Amino acid sequence: MSTRVKGRPELYTAYAQDMAFLNTRSKQVGVLVVVIAAAVLPLTVSDDLLKILGTGLVLAIGAIGLNLLTGFAGQVSLGHAFFVAVGAYTASAIAGDPDGRALGLGITFVPVWIIGAGLVAALAGAIVAPLATRLRGLYLAVVTLGLVIIGGYAFTEWKDLSGGAQVGRDAPKPVVLGADLTIDGAYTQEQKLYWLFLVVLVICAIFARNIARSKIGRAFAAVRDRDVAAGVMGVELSKYKLIAFVLSSFYAGVCGSLLFVANGHFGPERFSGGHGLLLSVQFIAMILIGGVATVSGSIMGALLIALLPRIASELPSFLPFITTAANEHPNIFEIEVATYGLLIIVFLLFEPRGLFGIWHRVRTYWKSFPFSY
Amino acid sequence: MSELLTAVSSGLGQGAIYTLLALGFVIIYKSMSVISFAQPALMMSGAILVSYLSPRFGFWFAVILGGVLIAVVALVIERLAIRPMVGKAVFVIAIITIGVDIVVRVVAGAFVGSDPRVIGDPWGLEVWRIGGVQIQHRHVAAVVAAAIIVALLAAFFRYTPIGLAMRAAALDQEAAMAQGVNVGTVFATSWAMAGFLAAIAGVFAAAGNPLDQNLWIVGLAALPVIILGGLDSLLGAVVGGLIIGVVEALVRNYHSDLFPGLSTNTGPLAPYVVMLLVLLVRPYGLFGTKEVERV
Repeated sequence: MSTRVKGRPELYTAYAQDMAFLNTRSKQVGVLVVVIAAAVLPLTVSDDLLKILGTGLVLAIGAIGLNLLTGFAGQVSLGHAFFVAVGAYTASAIAGDPDGRALGLGITFVPVWIIGAGLVAALAGAIVAPLATRLRGLYLAVVTLGLVIIGGYAFTEWKDLSGGAQVGRDAPKPVVLGADLTIDGAYTQEQKLYWLFLVVLVICAIFARNIARSKIGRAFAAVRDRDVAAGVMGVELSKYKLIAFVLSSFYAGVCGSLLFVANGHFGPERFSGGHGLLLSVQFIAMILIGGVATVSGSIMGALLIALLPRIASELPSFLPFITTAANEHPNIFEIEVATYGLLIIVFLLFEPRGLFGIWHRVRTYWKSFPFSY
Repeated sequence: MSELLTAVSSGLGQGAIYTLLALGFVIIYKSMSVISFAQPALMMSGAILVSYLSPRFGFWFAVILGGVLIAVVALVIERLAIRPMVGKAVFVIAIITIGVDIVVRVVAGAFVGSDPRVIGDPWGLEVWRIGGVQIQHRHVAAVVAAAIIVALLAAFFRYTPIGLAMRAAALDQEAAMAQGVNVGTVFATSWAMAGFLAAIAGVFAAAGNPLDQNLWIVGLAALPVIILGGLDSLLGAVVGGLIIGVVEALVRNYHSDLFPGLSTNTGPLAPYVVMLLVLLVRPYGLFGTKEVERV
């Protein structure tokens, strides 16, 4: 292990330095600044915006998971919403009121139900993976889409777990060290939940980054770029596809467990039929808009998607022909949904590397200015 | 027995709709190796368009006109969103079609309105009774239309120069180009044909019922059909469509006997379960070509 040469930050004398977690000083400082800024944000921002940003942080966890599967390992999944649902219901069941109408164990301690949700979702991923690893490309996409349809039906039908259609059940109660985060105290509910989400996201992001730069991450990239070549080189295809599915589902489960804490209540409609597919497509949109095979891109994409409803609701004041009434057209809800589609198309056509690609270009421009090399 | 035959007849009708839709998927897949997820949205917009046109032009002319207009929409989509991506990874193009699907669906959905729209078809819910068997007119019409269209398609691919060019491009794109086939025209033609087929399928799917956004879910069930039949097989689209249609109708009809504990009808689930079961045995569908990997 050779040491860094002082005064020459761009000189790497070992592979480990190049692959280090944050390999340049500016990245170290930059990440620190972003994390601190994110941590103090709740003190300055209004609660309704904070709720949206908090949801964005939770979605980012799911997006990182999908990016591990689709971005890093190249397996297109339209079934992410299913694993999110598995996580959401597992968490609700673990933390739910034992005397309530729906299934509940009454263990409200936060890490227990978050990890429990992740593990059960990962198990679901492991069950699906053997079928999925037999399929490639678009066959896999359609089969995982079938998973959302079948899963949505199962959740609607299993009324003890989900509360049933149109009724739903309460989200898990987030209790940390005996304090229920949904009760306003010195800080409001939104602020406390935001911090909870931020902590979980940072842990998940670091973990994902470490996977990506380790042996598993390199195997994923090999499978994505050319699976036959990867197999010839000795990468066990079915093993690494299984790992990708399990990891991605674990993240989806964690995301699901937190997704409805902010809302407090949710019904199975959210995960079934058209809504479930829209959620899956939203996750796809997040990683494509943010940047495929990047952790920071997943977070940027998720925040943008989470902010879209808010952006759409601000539009009528600028564009008076857009209404807020649901029975007139074009209304903000239609604009919001159509924007997912348009963003997917526009980014894939013009900026395939997503927001991360834009950021990368800007950074490279300033870093090398005035040199063009 | 008569209950069984009634269910089978409605299943064949539904299967004919799936067949029409699945043929569109397969035509696009054969020409550019991409599943177009925009088909369900095109189907829905076709039905909505016809519901606006039929009071003015009469049903039959409205169907043809609606089909042609949706074909034009598909052409525009192909030119603007798909053609620039030629040569990129197929999954990227497939995801673009998801984006297209969302946009088209929202735009078309804005025209559904709060009043139930009807498509103005001459069949309604009328039935023929043969013994105890009830056969709905609209299902017979769907089967007849699908049969005519399949025959026309077979003739098209067999006898016309562009049909030959499309088969050549499907077989080997570069060799076809070297022989002077304009592959761009092949792409455009396949999208236009798929759009037309989707609109016709939408008309039959909406016949007898008021239109709503759920039509899109019906269109989605064509995806299990093409996976079942094999992505690149026209025969597979026909057989798969009929199988899925009949299985779905049977499960829907006998749901309460088969699954007395489940309150929601399992019919809509059947296509996906059949697809999963078939894929366990045959990963390339019933009639699909097994992909041979060259290194």
